[in-house]
Amino acid sequence: MEKMFWVTEKPISVTDVMDKVVRREAGAVSTFTGIVREFTKGKKTLYLEYQAYIPMAEKKLAEIGREIEEKWTDTETAIAHRIGRLDISEVAVAIAVSTPHRKDAFEASSYAIERIKEIVPIWKKEHWEDGTMWLGDQKEQVSYQESIPKKEEM
Amino acid sequence: MVHVLFFAELQEALGKEKITVQAAGLTIQELKEKYLQEYNLPNIDQAMVAVNEEYAPESVQLQEGDTVAFIPPVSGG
Repeated sequence: MEKMFWVTEKPISVTDVMDKVVRREAGAVSTFTGIVREFTKGKKTLYLEYQAYIPMAEKKLAEIGREIEEKWTDTETAIAHRIGRLDISEVAVAIAVSTPHRKDAFEASSYAIERIKEIVPIWKKEHWEDGTMWLGDQKEQVSYQESIPKKEEM
Repeated sequence: MVHVLFFAELQEALGKEKITVQAAGLTIQELKEKYLQEYNLPNIDQAMVAVNEEYAPESVQLQEGDTVAFIPPVSGG
């Protein structure tokens, strides 16, 4: 079976990700696309560099798909995440969730991007005009004092 | 042998992606004390740990052939 959850160095086509979840039982597909932002609080980004622990990242993306299946009825999920060097406005992540009705699709795709930021081993390095930095936790509400995610994060 | 993987800032601090050590029978905590203290890895205690691609506590006892990964706070998306 072709992959529904993958990490790639190649540009992501949102349509390709969406096509993977289109099916006759679905009345809605919600897609979320994360793209590279040029300005963050006035600071100019030149480009981003993403790195992944690829086999584990693909497993964790699939785990998010299973969590969505448990939380909402009759869902199909596909997620692609890009790694390597990404220029401004390029697609970093694309999520598609199909469901019979729209409300579940909206909620589940929103859930998926939040979970990516919690459990999927992918990192982003900012390249600015005056330096670089690997970014840490962007949700700023997760404690990494413990070396294992809290139960609800696993 | 146990393979130990590093990512993001830890990989840059170490200067390589991977080391291989005689750590079968040790816990993650013991592996850090025995093999990683010689390196300057400032944020390693903030990293999560995975063993064979699944998050694991530092108390887990390593087995021959395991792959350990130190996972700094993630920032995908």
